[in-house]
Amino acid sequence: MAGGTDMTGDTATGGPPGGVILSFRDVWVEYGDKVVLERVALDIAQGEFVSVVGPSGAGKSTFLRLVLGQEGPTRGQILLDGTELTPECSPDRGVVFQRYSVFPHLTALGNVMFGLECAASPLLGKLLGGARRRAAREEAVRMLEAVGLGHNLDVYPAQMSGGMQQRLALAQALVKHPRVLLLDEPFGALDPGIRLDMHELVGGLWQEHGLTIVMVTHDINEAFKLGTRVLAFDKRRHDPHAPNRYGATAVYDVKLDRKAREAGPPAELAGVVT
Amino acid sequence: MRLVNIKPARGVRLLIAAIPILAVLIVYAVFSTARAEANPNDKVLPTFVAMGQAAVRLFTETDPRTGEITALADTSASLWRLAMGVGIATLSTLLLGIALGVVPLVRAALGPIITIIAVIPPIAVLPILFIALGLGEASKIALIALGIAPYMVRDLAGHVAGLPAEQFVKAQTLGASTWQLTLRVALPQALPRLIESLRLSMGPAWVFLISAEAIASDVGLGYRIFLVRRYLSMDIILPYVAWISLLAILTDLALQTLSRKAFPWAHGGGH
Ligand SMILES: Nc1ncnc2c1ncn2[C@@H]1O[C@H](COP(=O)(O)OP(=O)(O)OP(=O)(O)O)[C@@H](O)[C@H]1O
Ligand SMILES: [Mg+2]
Repeated sequence: MAGGTDMTGDTATGGPPGGVILSFRDVWVEYGDKVVLERVALDIAQGEFVSVVGPSGAGKSTFLRLVLGQEGPTRGQILLDGTELTPECSPDRGVVFQRYSVFPHLTALGNVMFGLECAASPLLGKLLGGARRRAAREEAVRMLEAVGLGHNLDVYPAQMSGGMQQRLALAQALVKHPRVLLLDEPFGALDPGIRLDMHELVGGLWQEHGLTIVMVTHDINEAFKLGTRVLAFDKRRHDPHAPNRYGATAVYDVKLDRKAREAGPPAELAGVVT
Repeated sequence: MRLVNIKPARGVRLLIAAIPILAVLIVYAVFSTARAEANPNDKVLPTFVAMGQAAVRLFTETDPRTGEITALADTSASLWRLAMGVGIATLSTLLLGIALGVVPLVRAALGPIITIIAVIPPIAVLPILFIALGLGEASKIALIALGIAPYMVRDLAGHVAGLPAEQFVKAQTLGASTWQLTLRVALPQALPRLIESLRLSMGPAWVFLISAEAIASDVGLGYRIFLVRRYLSMDIILPYVAWISLLAILTDLALQTLSRKAFPWAHGGGH
């Protein structure tokens, strides 16, 4: 892969590999009197692949939205590279959702060039020609080749399979070299066979580009197969009379070595994950 | 096989579509001929021949009073008013609809007043327009624009606001500013919808045009129909109605083709 090596250099500029990149300090999220997340305190190191699991409604997507900046915590702090996050999205955090991650009105190439064009042309958000456009196009094509879409540059998302759309979404996010890549059930809507291909792709991209990834998944095997660390969110306490009184937090947080990854999910997680 | 599952092939579809149209024409021909035989001066059901003669006269002979060919003068006056009214409505819809759809602050400020304007029956404000803008072109154009714009604005704003939130989040993670997001995410996806709602609004636009022309005008398709009504000239009214319908169909086809050609991704195609 041509574009692989130089991108690693870009991603690694923010600190030494293994240093803390994301830091949660006693984070709470409440909607009215409904507590969704409580006392979330953890650090994520550069280069980690964090799988987030937990029952439906436990606040996994909320956790991801916090990192993304789509919303802010009710209490507590989230630091990215030591700086407190403002509740607004920005290009240092890329994202792939389960659906609607790509723009239906742009071709594959247009989708990947979007991020490059926004940076290069504040007024039009589009490069109309010339050397800068050629350079952006080349970079986008390399990225598309890296995800296996080199032969589908001019195809619109509506003509792509679900798997191809998610590959495109990955390329679109990665071309901006985000410090952290966030994935919210990225393979949830895909067939099992396609899912295996995607595991290989994401695992490969993570390694080659030295990415830091936080991935929410419902598939516990996927979590252990891809992750270097597994977080399980759930409520520690239950009040049967007021189910909204307590929020979820990371009840299980394990770093995986090669042996643990191959062994797969332990029995104690069976109750946590649906 | 159940009725709901019987899907006619293309040839069959054209054939069965032609049957009711032909039936109407034949029934009309039979009755108009019968009436013409009973009373050669009948005006209510003119024969196709009589209508054809009237149409040829309208489309070829110059009116000695104005020095213009009647039907062409009427058509160009009406189409100009229609184009201006619809153009103004479309342009303001594009600006307002996208601003309302993209920016929550604008939606909060202008959403309610647009909803209120939308419930006012446009014809009811026509007297106000005549008083404020005079009986000339401006009031007719204003009626068309005011008549269709509120619906179009609300439709477009709803469509833009309803685009998946993921798209707006994704654009921001790719570094898009509010302006870039509007220009490159909202605008292109708004355009096919705008054409769609314009197609639906053309019907009401014609209604407002013809109403305004019927009330105060000295040229125009609507003016002509309401003028000759006094003489029961069905041989002029019917060809005019057919001509208006033809113009409406052609406009609709043009808009549909434009949308398909310009926004292939919105029509399930792309190659
Ligand atoms: N804007 C909001 N207002 C009120 N409640 C919300 C809001 N957003 C999320 N919630 C609630 O927060 C809880 C956690 O939602 P979240 O989407 O984070 O769960 P999740 O773990 O991602 O679930 P799933 O596995 O089903 O995707 C849910 O009970 C949801 O109803
Ligand atoms: Mg979720």
